[in-house]
Amino acid sequence: MPDTPGWARWANDHRKWLFAAPAMAFVAALIIFPLAWTMYLSLTDSSGSVRAESEFIGFRNYIDVLTDTDRFWPAVARTGAFTGVALLVEVVLGMAIALLLWRPFRGEKWVRVAILLPLVATPVAVGMMWRLIFDPNIGLANQALGWIGIGPQPWLAGQHTALPTTIFIDIWQWTPMVVLILLAGLTSLSDEPQEAAMIDGASAWQRFRHVTLPLLMPTVIVAVLLRGIDALKTFDILYATKGRGGGSFNEVETLNVYAYGLSFDYNEYGLSSTVLILFFLLIIALMWVLTARKKKEAGR
Amino acid sequence: MKASRGFKVFRGIALAVVVLSLVAPLVWMVAASFKTNVDIYDSSKALVFTPTLDNYSTVIQQANYVQFIGNSLWVAFAATALSLLLGVPAAYSMSRFNMKKSALVVLMARIIPGVSLLVPWYYVFSNLRMVGGFSVLILSHMFVSLPLIVYIMMGYFDGLPEELEEAALVDGLTPIGAFRRITLPLSVPGIATAGILSFIFSWNNFMFALVLSGASTKTLPVAIFDFVGYASIDWGGLMAATTVVTLPIMLIALLVQKYVVSGLTAGATKG
Repeated sequence: MPDTPGWARWANDHRKWLFAAPAMAFVAALIIFPLAWTMYLSLTDSSGSVRAESEFIGFRNYIDVLTDTDRFWPAVARTGAFTGVALLVEVVLGMAIALLLWRPFRGEKWVRVAILLPLVATPVAVGMMWRLIFDPNIGLANQALGWIGIGPQPWLAGQHTALPTTIFIDIWQWTPMVVLILLAGLTSLSDEPQEAAMIDGASAWQRFRHVTLPLLMPTVIVAVLLRGIDALKTFDILYATKGRGGGSFNEVETLNVYAYGLSFDYNEYGLSSTVLILFFLLIIALMWVLTARKKKEAGR
Repeated sequence: MKASRGFKVFRGIALAVVVLSLVAPLVWMVAASFKTNVDIYDSSKALVFTPTLDNYSTVIQQANYVQFIGNSLWVAFAATALSLLLGVPAAYSMSRFNMKKSALVVLMARIIPGVSLLVPWYYVFSNLRMVGGFSVLILSHMFVSLPLIVYIMMGYFDGLPEELEEAALVDGLTPIGAFRRITLPLSVPGIATAGILSFIFSWNNFMFALVLSGASTKTLPVAIFDFVGYASIDWGGLMAATTVVTLPIMLIALLVQKYVVSGLTAGATKG
């Protein structure tokens, strides 16, 4: 490149980092520094105001949080229940719908449109929409139960029915995501193993169980990973339907809602940071288990 | 493979149920936005009612929604444009030079709970007197957009053959010139996909805006809560507000359905 000026040559020689550095610096500045700070805060008694002086107290927050059977462990249990149930239903239902959509048919265009809608709808708005439908007095849900002779349910207003109702909302909004991912996986499969199994006289269930499912497993794990991370961190739906603190009895207070409340409703930054570090470790651990599974599946 | 008749009937019924359960609540929301609160409380007016635009005039005139729509548009556009500017070259480099570890740093952002970043951000930006301003909102939204864009574009660049760039080098272009004149024009579909998805996610973002926006920089998802009082809820106004927030983004997504689907499923089928 004899006719290029010196700086241009330098830029070309170093383009690998020149291209990557700005984005990486941005993310690092917004993640690494706050994360380090959160770790530090979790070892202090920071509270009251973000500008207030705080003392270094070692691991006392961790002891306080891990022995807190009032708010912390119930929040862990709710997070687990929410994520576990939502994921299970979303994957099973998503798989069933994806299998139905696998082969072309007339009118599939409309099904695809319907599937896309909840996915792109604003979660806070979706929460409000269901809040109206599930309203115990004027909601459509109880009216519909009335038509078939079932008494009204408290839904989001009930202490024990609130969490299942929010799980239902999550399933409504995010099953389509699983459908799209699994459908992409299904359409990338080749037809040959299917046809071979047909010739061998395998039933539809056997074909699914022994041919399609094993081939699709890596994609299933991707769907579980993506949905799992987001389900663990669910916030918008819970805040929109139950407001601060996950309701007056904290009935939908998951780890994320709890940490948010500690910081921005009670200004307990030390405790909040501790909850967040523990939450983060939990997410990392779960992801690590799943990616290990995926590698094993792919290696078979 | 031929599907049997019985299967076709079953599929038709099952998918009709699926479509109905996905679409009906949304139709119900839009219908409620055209009802008076009296009609919303009256179950006999469930489907037969006299539509009114009162809720929309409340939303536009009293609740100042025109400004919030502008805020949401501006934040989503700015976050998307800046993230594309940073993210596309980064994704190119990470794809071509196989920078697995660097890519992981950027993708970390997907995993971290947003609350854990909000506290330090809030601290720093309130000390800088920036909380409630647009710049902080845009920065926080970029935090969602940038990893998304890098992720989608890396997959896209992985699928572009390198021979075209090599041929351009032989023709005397510099590597950066080849990226600018050959690769970028070829990546327009990928960039469109990444940009559209980034816009949707930014438009829908709630938690960052809840903490970092001020009265005049509020985005739509935060403004929705104006209709939820402590004692009572203005259901009609609330449903008009949620319709104003949700309907445009759903219509946009339908217009560019192919892009949205390919972006959402990017990288899902790779090992």
